[in-house]
Amino acid sequence: MVKKIFFQSIFFNFFLIKEVFAAESGGMPQLNPEFWISQIFWLTLTFGILYVVLSKLILPKISGNLELRKSQIQENIEAAEKQRKNSESKLKEYDEIILKSKIKAKNIFKNARDKIIKDINVKKDALDKQIDEEVKKAEQEIDVLKKSAPEKINKIAIETSSELVKKLIGADVNNSSISAIVDDLSKRNGTKYYGN
Amino acid sequence: MAANPMTQFEVYRIGPEIKLGPMDISFTNASLFMVISSLAILIIFNLGSKKNSIIPDKIQLLAELSYTFVSKMINDTAGSKAKPYFSFIFSLFMFVLFCNMFGMIPYTFTVTSHIIVTFVLAAFIFIGVTIIGFIKHGFGYLKLFVPSGVPIVLLPLIVIIEIISYLSRPISLSVRLFANMMAGHTMMKVFGGFVISLGIIGGWLPLSFSVALTGLEILVAFLQAYVFAILTCIYLNDALNLHH
Repeated sequence: MVKKIFFQSIFFNFFLIKEVFAAESGGMPQLNPEFWISQIFWLTLTFGILYVVLSKLILPKISGNLELRKSQIQENIEAAEKQRKNSESKLKEYDEIILKSKIKAKNIFKNARDKIIKDINVKKDALDKQIDEEVKKAEQEIDVLKKSAPEKINKIAIETSSELVKKLIGADVNNSSISAIVDDLSKRNGTKYYGN
Repeated sequence: MAANPMTQFEVYRIGPEIKLGPMDISFTNASLFMVISSLAILIIFNLGSKKNSIIPDKIQLLAELSYTFVSKMINDTAGSKAKPYFSFIFSLFMFVLFCNMFGMIPYTFTVTSHIIVTFVLAAFIFIGVTIIGFIKHGFGYLKLFVPSGVPIVLLPLIVIIEIISYLSRPISLSVRLFANMMAGHTMMKVFGGFVISLGIIGGWLPLSFSVALTGLEILVAFLQAYVFAILTCIYLNDALNLHH
């Protein structure tokens, strides 16, 4: 129902509007030449003033502003580029310094190490020599003792054998004959008893 | 009450009648909106160019964007030779744009909806471009009417067509702007009248049309100003760089 009223009202209103418009028809005001001269005059005046003020005062300022900004930005970019290059060279310098100091430190360490090794070697050599000497001395002493040992043993053997003989048979035996026997034995079996 | 949609285009006197000899140059509502548009342009661009900061504020950005927009348009269509005419085309574009846009405000008057205004602008452009063409190329400018690579048989016909098309430039330029503005405003008025006469029940449909038309008309207002300026550039290009 509402829909019907809606469309009906639209339909009938077209007739109404047509009547209203027809009643006030006066053609196009644009074609009425009454104010043409006035419009031309004011158009020329306002547009002329607008053109003169824009072209002489405002547009040069805007273009100047734009140029200035462009050049300033360009300058800033150049300055930034310069700074970047500067910092890059600084960085390179710094790297070089670090590299140099690293090499230096390595050298110092190496030198110290070499020195210490040398010292150790010298001391070791000296100690080796001392030890060798002492070993030699001891060996000599041992040799001396070794050499003197058979004689002493022989003597003990002779005395012991004479005492034994005396106790066993109750007679004195000539010491020289016993020593001859001991000598003979020690000569034959000496190596077996005392080693080399 | 549904008013005549054409009454919005009526020009009437504001204040006393001013006479310059036999001519009536009274201040009218049309003159008022010409003054308002020009003043608005001058105020906006004066504010936009006043201070120069590296990072522009809104109004400065507006001024500079408009400047680069028009500058790019001229450079693209007419080349670097058109640089001296930049201020004129900029003023023209801004004037037409502001007149169109002020016309979009209800109860205002649209200056560019009058054929006499657009015709004076177009005729001025036409005469100016023709004079520039003759100054730059002498009588060689007439070669504009003789396209290259046309068979001899067809040449008289082509030349006549070219001359007619050249002479109709001011008419097409002015009528295009005037007709667009008038048609748009008339249509909006008609739909507005429908809203009133159909009332609360049936008025919603034309109202929505009216809203949509407002958006369209704002687009048209910008587009017609742009077209007006770019056609001027193209005519200027013909005069400056003779291609034929």
